[in-house]
Amino acid sequence: MTRPHTEPQIQIDSPANQDYELVYKRPDTLVDIPMHYCPGCGHSVVHRVLMEVVEELGIQSETVGVAPVGCSVFAYDYLDIDMQEAAHGRATAVATGIKRMLPDKYVFTYQGDGDLAAIGTAETIHTANRGENILIIFINNGIYGMTGGQMAPTTILGAPTTTSPKGRDVAIHGNPLKIADLLAILPGTIYVTRQSVHKPGTVRKLKKALIKSLELQQQKKGLCFIEVVSNCPSGWKMTPVEANQWMEENMFPEYPLGDIKSPSSQDEQ
Amino acid sequence: MAKISGTVEFNIEACKGCELCVEACPQDCLAMSPDLNHKGYHFAVLIDDTCTGCVNCALVCPDAVITVYRERRPTSSRQPAVTSEAAI
Amino acid sequence: MAETLLMKGNEALAKAAISAGCDGYFGYPITPQSEILEYMSRELPGAGGVMIQAESELAAINMVFGAAGAGGRVMTSSSSPGISLMQEGLSYIASAELPCLVVNVNRGGPGLGTIQPAQGDYFQATKGGGHGDYHLIVLAPSSVQEMADFAYLAFDLADKYRNPVMILADGALGQMMEKVTFPDYDPKQHKQPKPWATTGKTPERMRNIITSLHIEPEKMEMINRKLQDKYRRIEAEEVRWETIQTDDADILLVAYGLTARIARKVLDMARDSGQRVGLLRPISLYPFPYKPLAQLAEQLDLILTVEMNAGQMVEDVRLAAEGRVPVEFYGRSGGVIPSPEEILAHLESLRNDVPVRGAPKTTQMEPVEP
Repeated sequence: MTRPHTEPQIQIDSPANQDYELVYKRPDTLVDIPMHYCPGCGHSVVHRVLMEVVEELGIQSETVGVAPVGCSVFAYDYLDIDMQEAAHGRATAVATGIKRMLPDKYVFTYQGDGDLAAIGTAETIHTANRGENILIIFINNGIYGMTGGQMAPTTILGAPTTTSPKGRDVAIHGNPLKIADLLAILPGTIYVTRQSVHKPGTVRKLKKALIKSLELQQQKKGLCFIEVVSNCPSGWKMTPVEANQWMEENMFPEYPLGDIKSPSSQDEQ
Repeated sequence: MAKISGTVEFNIEACKGCELCVEACPQDCLAMSPDLNHKGYHFAVLIDDTCTGCVNCALVCPDAVITVYRERRPTSSRQPAVTSEAAI
Repeated sequence: MAETLLMKGNEALAKAAISAGCDGYFGYPITPQSEILEYMSRELPGAGGVMIQAESELAAINMVFGAAGAGGRVMTSSSSPGISLMQEGLSYIASAELPCLVVNVNRGGPGLGTIQPAQGDYFQATKGGGHGDYHLIVLAPSSVQEMADFAYLAFDLADKYRNPVMILADGALGQMMEKVTFPDYDPKQHKQPKPWATTGKTPERMRNIITSLHIEPEKMEMINRKLQDKYRRIEAEEVRWETIQTDDADILLVAYGLTARIARKVLDMARDSGQRVGLLRPISLYPFPYKPLAQLAEQLDLILTVEMNAGQMVEDVRLAAEGRVPVEFYGRSGGVIPSPEEILAHLESLRNDVPVRGAPKTTQMEPVEP
């Protein structure tokens, strides 16, 4: 039987190895247990990158997060920081309460599209409009993953879900909601950007965006909003590789990556 | 320019077999094992010595199962990066 | 120094909350409680607290959740329809065991109802209100003085039990002006350390997680048992009530809040005409004073419960009486305040029907079933 190698050809026992130096490892602030996410899910990448940033900035003791209802409801099981679990859609209200009590801490919410852009739209918009000095991390995969693949406010036209089985039809279901663009017009937001985590380069960009957001939060500049256009291989019924490809071809035209509003572009206006 | 040599380690029991690392590897030196881990997933493995330690696989790995090493070079001024600083 | 002022109930409550060390107030305008929101807007920031007018009661109660979880001594206030909107948040707060104060200046319902005073939210306040098995501690003031006094008490009880506390007032108590004395109260002496709060994970401790989600049934049942143990403790230690002229009474009026003031007048009128009428006023509606009521039931011929609703607390009174004495109800609802005269007339009509204690019952009163 022909089979590829099943063991690394070069055995490395520890970073102390004479010949090799460690260049990347899982951040210690990411709790060392398996995450419950499906194979290939972007949630876990965002969790990891967020914790890399927390670790590198040395702000573990200064950071308080808010988990939503949705697939990432157990985010606090993985992120080794103080966290609160909000009711569905209320994460930014909870974060407002935390931030107003602890104005010098870094406070973020981590929310999916149903949580943030459907049931929690009012809280999202008003928190942004108040210019709360928090970071909203918004995972947009255009589907309700946790409940089994129903249509989300951000589901693109034509995409089939269990509640739009023939594809999202504008006449029946209305349009996909571009919440980031909506928030960008509010004076309370300082930085609104759309990122992804499906390629090494985009992961690097997300990390930079996270660092920038936390710096802006420290400067009390206003609300930062990072949308991560992400996948849902299980909900989309694709392999992770197929899902990422479908996302590039179908989601990105509707939700183009890049900064929608950033301090520098605002200064230029 | 001399070729950089690197290697990767997988926590194979935590791997969910999503294959995103295989897709991301510019050297095509990763593949999925025909074997299964205890969760029943084919796990990712390094299949040849062309790895440069570029970290791409670790960056896209959803389950943070990949640790990356790079060959020490006497002339290198690089500080040993214990965290993922090098990922930026 | 204690200070005596003439104030509206809503404002007295707000002033007391500030001097009780309120760190944050989150609210939304609704009649007849908006004075609390307005007073807080004026006075709380200057006293070092945070005041946010939220976009809805949903947001307000969830800001309370976050701020309480971050260790603040925080509160919200609203009136009936707004309190309904907060029920989801209250269930989460109770489950996550976060201390906070929620004020309900009850108005007439159901639905949008009326802005006039009512007591129609008794069930909602005392039996949980939202989903799941939980209780708020519920205090029912009967005067402007108590609107103030209970603000201090509520914050202290909330911290003591890590439980939301509700002050259940009504539109009249919120709007009426009375003399009120504010005690000397040093929040520093009363505020509890909150090592469970999410203030940032330091190297010395594990991370703090505030959640009401426990997906494994056994874990969730364990949380429920823990909550129920706490409620039993509260029922043992925090029952509050007042009795007036009950020693020789054979008829007992039971009423809380504004209705208790009216019942007091009924009592005086009945006593003037030689009737041995007493009054029991529940002050804590949860925990309810079942035991003192049960003890009194032994000596009574009749209990008349008076409420500004269609009959809610009367169910708890019947549970307490356990069939030992007929329990009757008189109520007005929809924002109508009953007059002492109409209550007395009802009482006298009942009295004529009441059998001598021990004699066979021949009245038309419905059988008493707890």
